[in-house]
Amino acid sequence: MSNPIFLIIQREFLSRVRKKTFLLVTLIGPLAFAALMIAPGLLASMPEDAKKIIVLDEPSLLLPHEGKEQYALEYLDPRENDLELAKELLRDSQYDALLYIPSGENWDPDFIKNNILLFGKEDPSMEMQGYLDYLLEEKINKAKLLKNGVDPEVVAQIKTNVSIKSFTLGEEGTDEQSAVPIKMALGYITGMLIYFFIFFYSVQVMRGVMEEKSSRIVEVIISSVRPYQLMMGKILGIGLVGVVQFIIWIGLSGILYTVISTFLFPELFAEQAAAGAAGNPAADMVGLEVLDMLRSVDFTTVLFGFAFYFFGGYFLYSALFAAVGSAVDQEADSQQFMLPVTIPMILAIVTAMNVIQEPNGALAFWMSMIPLTSPITMMIRLPFGIPLWEVFLSGAILVITFFAVVGLAGKIYRVGILMYGKKVTWKELFKWLKY
Amino acid sequence: MITAKKVTKEYSSKLALDGVDLCIPKGSIYGLLGPNGAGKTSFIRIMNQITAPDKGEVYFGSELLQPRDIARIGYLPEERGLYKKMKVGEQVLYLARLKGLTTSEAKNRAKEWFERLEMSGWWDKKVEDLSKGMAQKVQFVTTVLHEPELLIFDEPFTGFDPINTNLIKGEIQRLNENGSTVIFSTHRMESVEEICNHIGLIDNGKVMIEGNLLDIRKHYKDGTFAFTTRTQIDNWGGHEVLSQKEDHMGYRTVLKSAAFPKELVIALSEKEALVAFEEVLPTVSDIFIEIVKNGPKPWNHE
Repeated sequence: MSNPIFLIIQREFLSRVRKKTFLLVTLIGPLAFAALMIAPGLLASMPEDAKKIIVLDEPSLLLPHEGKEQYALEYLDPRENDLELAKELLRDSQYDALLYIPSGENWDPDFIKNNILLFGKEDPSMEMQGYLDYLLEEKINKAKLLKNGVDPEVVAQIKTNVSIKSFTLGEEGTDEQSAVPIKMALGYITGMLIYFFIFFYSVQVMRGVMEEKSSRIVEVIISSVRPYQLMMGKILGIGLVGVVQFIIWIGLSGILYTVISTFLFPELFAEQAAAGAAGNPAADMVGLEVLDMLRSVDFTTVLFGFAFYFFGGYFLYSALFAAVGSAVDQEADSQQFMLPVTIPMILAIVTAMNVIQEPNGALAFWMSMIPLTSPITMMIRLPFGIPLWEVFLSGAILVITFFAVVGLAGKIYRVGILMYGKKVTWKELFKWLKY
Repeated sequence: MITAKKVTKEYSSKLALDGVDLCIPKGSIYGLLGPNGAGKTSFIRIMNQITAPDKGEVYFGSELLQPRDIARIGYLPEERGLYKKMKVGEQVLYLARLKGLTTSEAKNRAKEWFERLEMSGWWDKKVEDLSKGMAQKVQFVTTVLHEPELLIFDEPFTGFDPINTNLIKGEIQRLNENGSTVIFSTHRMESVEEICNHIGLIDNGKVMIEGNLLDIRKHYKDGTFAFTTRTQIDNWGGHEVLSQKEDHMGYRTVLKSAAFPKELVIALSEKEALVAFEEVLPTVSDIFIEIVKNGPKPWNHE
């Protein structure tokens, strides 16, 4: 065996891949992901018992057919009932809530709007309130317009919805329709994935280092290989596990999607497709637009960017986490060192929204240059089409920092793995750099 | 085998090794002795190239220590362990391959050792299912499997049960007879006295004395003699009596005498009272205490 680092990579890789938990996480991962995607839709489409609301509508603001599936409105005759009677009725019945609209002295809309009351057996839900608010606002608006002699039909016609079509200016007149929503989603999702993977696998590196230290095998091993080789072997081996896991996940997700869409819930997906095909003009338009937008995203860049920033970020952070793992005896002690290391990543996630809204702003630019945040921030920006020099500069900074950090982390690691039974302080860590 | 010249190693503010000169002869069983914190482990880590000295050189044979020499050394550290989740056989193969053996070489030798030490059924067991004594045997096998020329054991017998201790001692002696140089490092000096033929005493990062164990003990003899007599005798002709106690042969009396106590031996023999007589050489710990108290005794080359 020429280089022991391959042996170490092999052991790190095999010992993880052969574990039952690896199989479990790898198989359950896409299932959980699919469940996450499907569950909300499925839950929302589940029929729910309609809420029954009694309405005491003194000014007859609402029309008898008002209401929808979730909220069945039933009207009391205002001539025979008052609020007290209605409350009594609510208490002794299977109704869920009572809506009271008073008429006041002269049916003044402003008086009415200020005195509408809603009583519920339980706290009325936000959704119910929102629905009723919307319904009543519309009616009162109309009433006010009529009162002022304006035809509501005219107002409806005047109301305008502006939707600007934006383009990115391409070379030689090949302007591309910009696809901000798709790019936003793509940037956000890939950025989050990078964050998740860097964290997930870097922590495994830290655990591995701590395991070797606490089981006391480390000194035997570094009497055969250099500490640096052991650290790099571990980082590469676990990185390889990540790659394999990722490939399996992508494959499984594809299979799962196909299975679900064709066998389990065909009607759900068929409905969507039919809506598009059957000449529903709105659905058709949306479909075409999405296709157009997708075409304008440079997927090659995004894909390569994802691979590059995943590895770059993972190597950088796993080296830091390896140093942390070497410096502590127990996982509980690792917190004080982990926090400062993870703060940049969290910062990148927290600022993700700002970056999406202004992908070429100063914040986005600098965060995608700083190597500790660039894997996430640059990933978020990439779908928006970033000047090539920025991508290369950020990549170069990341690679250079990686080598510098690995050198420093290796020094801490070398000393740390042989320090037993001692709580280490930051000051000592810096001293170790000079050993 | 190993020659250290002016080796110095400093940790932040503490001088762990201060100009250490040591010579570990080929084929010897060498005791690297000294109290805790004397610098033994620091020196061993330098030999294993886990750390490098700040100053000075270490020679392996006649050449400076090289990275590839790692394969010629077998090291059992004081802090030792195994991967808990790994199977015994896989683990032994892995560690042997890190030392440069091929898989088939490692497998053949491991099988041999497993039979020798009655561990044959353990190959597929997980380390976490082994008892402490069993794990120690596995650790020993991983240390010697690549047939190193130099074996280094740091506090080898702490945590070993008596049966394993004897077994391992025997194996180490056998390896030594087959040509391996052995280094024992320990603070329990009495534990290695019987098997070492060379020692080096270290305290506070400095070598206090080094050489052939017997020569050193002879050099430090201080006129102590032991008489075993049939009955208790009270008159010792004015010699200072250090101790007196009953044992399985009679009464053992230890006393000091500036010169060989010829007249006492003759007188007791004539009375047929003497069962045994010997000159007592100081133990390594006696020598260590003497040096700490009064400094090293100069060698007069008369």
